[in-house]
Amino acid sequence: MQTRALPYLLLLPSVILLGVLFLYPFVLVAWQAISDDAGQLTSAHFSEMLGHWKFNTAFKNTLYLTLAVVPIQMVLALYMASLVTGMKRGRDAFLYIWTIPLGISDLAAGIIWLSIFEQSGFLNSFLVTFGINEQPETFLGYQNKGTIFLAIALAEIWRATAIVLVILVAGMGLIPKEYQEAAEVFGASRWQRFTKVTLPLLKPSLQTALILRVILAFEVFAVVAALGGTNLPILMGEVYQWQFVLRDPNVAAAFALVILGISILCTLVIMWFLRTPKGATI
Amino acid sequence: MAEIKIKSVARRFGKVEALKSIDLTVADQEFLVLLGASGCGKTTLLRIVAGLETASEGEVWIGDERVDRLPPRDRKIAMVFQNYAVFPHLTVFENIAFGLRMAKLDQNTVDKRVKRTAELMHIDPLLERYSGQLSGGQRQRVAVARALAMEPEVLLMDEPLSNLDALLRMEMRAELKSVLAESKTTTIYVTHDQVEAMSMADRIAIMNKGEIVQASDAVDIYRNPSHRFVGSFIGNPPMNFLPAKPLEGSMWSVANLQLPGPAHPSNATDSQIEFAIRPEDLTVGDATTEGAMHVKVRVVEPLGSHLLASCLVDEQLFRVVLDSDHPITSGDSLYIKPMMDRIRWFDAKSEHVL
Repeated sequence: MQTRALPYLLLLPSVILLGVLFLYPFVLVAWQAISDDAGQLTSAHFSEMLGHWKFNTAFKNTLYLTLAVVPIQMVLALYMASLVTGMKRGRDAFLYIWTIPLGISDLAAGIIWLSIFEQSGFLNSFLVTFGINEQPETFLGYQNKGTIFLAIALAEIWRATAIVLVILVAGMGLIPKEYQEAAEVFGASRWQRFTKVTLPLLKPSLQTALILRVILAFEVFAVVAALGGTNLPILMGEVYQWQFVLRDPNVAAAFALVILGISILCTLVIMWFLRTPKGATI
Repeated sequence: MAEIKIKSVARRFGKVEALKSIDLTVADQEFLVLLGASGCGKTTLLRIVAGLETASEGEVWIGDERVDRLPPRDRKIAMVFQNYAVFPHLTVFENIAFGLRMAKLDQNTVDKRVKRTAELMHIDPLLERYSGQLSGGQRQRVAVARALAMEPEVLLMDEPLSNLDALLRMEMRAELKSVLAESKTTTIYVTHDQVEAMSMADRIAIMNKGEIVQASDAVDIYRNPSHRFVGSFIGNPPMNFLPAKPLEGSMWSVANLQLPGPAHPSNATDSQIEFAIRPEDLTVGDATTEGAMHVKVRVVEPLGSHLLASCLVDEQLFRVVLDSDHPITSGDSLYIKPMMDRIRWFDAKSEHVL
């Protein structure tokens, strides 16, 4: 009896902690988004949010950024993981170097890339010194939305590909070598071995990495703040704006719920799309 | 025609010589078993033929084509792996069809071949299952079916039965033998199980420390080991060995016996040879029997079909197989007479038969 209860008892503190620090505030935020000061249900905050001219832009920007960054990160990480897994020597050294950006906070990452792209930054001094440009350019000015987007995407790819890489390397390490060999003997080319054996067997890791990355991409904030300021509105930036600048926590809460909503939706889609066929054990 | 020719193949891992210049020809449609203890290089040799490992030296030919520079998929081989390597993300059907799909055969042919091989291996009711839903024996069958479906000229099998329990192994052994006899492929089969080797093989190649010490059929290997290692490895229990001292003529002194043996080498004084005989090639006599060896019984193991007596001669272990009803206990004396035509002599230094 005691031994049966023990695991639950040991888990209890973490459950309580999550309940107090996560579930409870979450309920509060959700309530905040759908109630007025008198405690009545209302859709006013959502209407205000949807009616605001920045909502569509912020929604689209967040979506485009995710669509631009995550697929490139997945492909890059898959390629890097395949390279590392195939290495006989030096794989740890490569892994350590590739994962350095993981140790840097996203704001710091944003500032690093800002020092490259800003008007007196590395890129401009390079271009001017070598005579490619006569004048420094304002890459990150409000009239250059495309460049801002590109810089943010670059910074995000640089910063967060490593986490995908780490998950995929671990996953690839779990695939027994015999499957590759069997595929090789039975006629599969290198590419076919990758698509017919490695990828399907990597599904659980791909699922984890993809969900993690997509959710974090919807929550992108500090890198955008550093590189774009308010020139490129995104959802998380709007939460901040409404909460701390416009001092309207209700609309901020509504924004937060939108982010939560699309995160859950994407997670479900990814889980369905990368599901393991019924009966198969991978 | 798919004769396999292995010409002076060597494989070194750093300073370790895993294979020392192997020469072996496997005839078309022959079933050759590579037999040896773990670490003897048999799997390495198989993997070199498969192309999963590269030889440091030497050539591999399949039919009229030199294949040692070709990738595995261009060698017209199929393989059964020790751990089966049945893809967990594919159904049994798709597993068997894997090689056929890679070869871009049309759906009709794929269906036909998968059905036929599945029926042959008695797994046709399992075609829609996944590997996780199969027992070890069923997975083994899928692995064999996947190889047979390729209708390969050369079939390579790496200890395919070693992960099955004893009863299942015996069953699969007989079944594999009959299936492969009909398939007309040239087969190389790796195992460390001598019973498996002897029961299935047309020819057995015994490997030791990266070399093939003898390649012949089961009876010949059992009766006429060319090398001391073969005698000590094959047979359960293996051969008995006793040191022999030179006497007059070509006579040798073994324990309390004087036996005619090979002619003395020129440097007779320091020549050392060994007398060898199988434990069942002995007849039991009594103290009066002429030409009988006197041994002391230490342990008697009743094994049902026979008794196995572990005895001592001059402090050397000497095993004797006796009839089950033989009244004998440990501590007894035993007088045994070797069958003269079954005695073998080995050079103690080179370990070759004399």
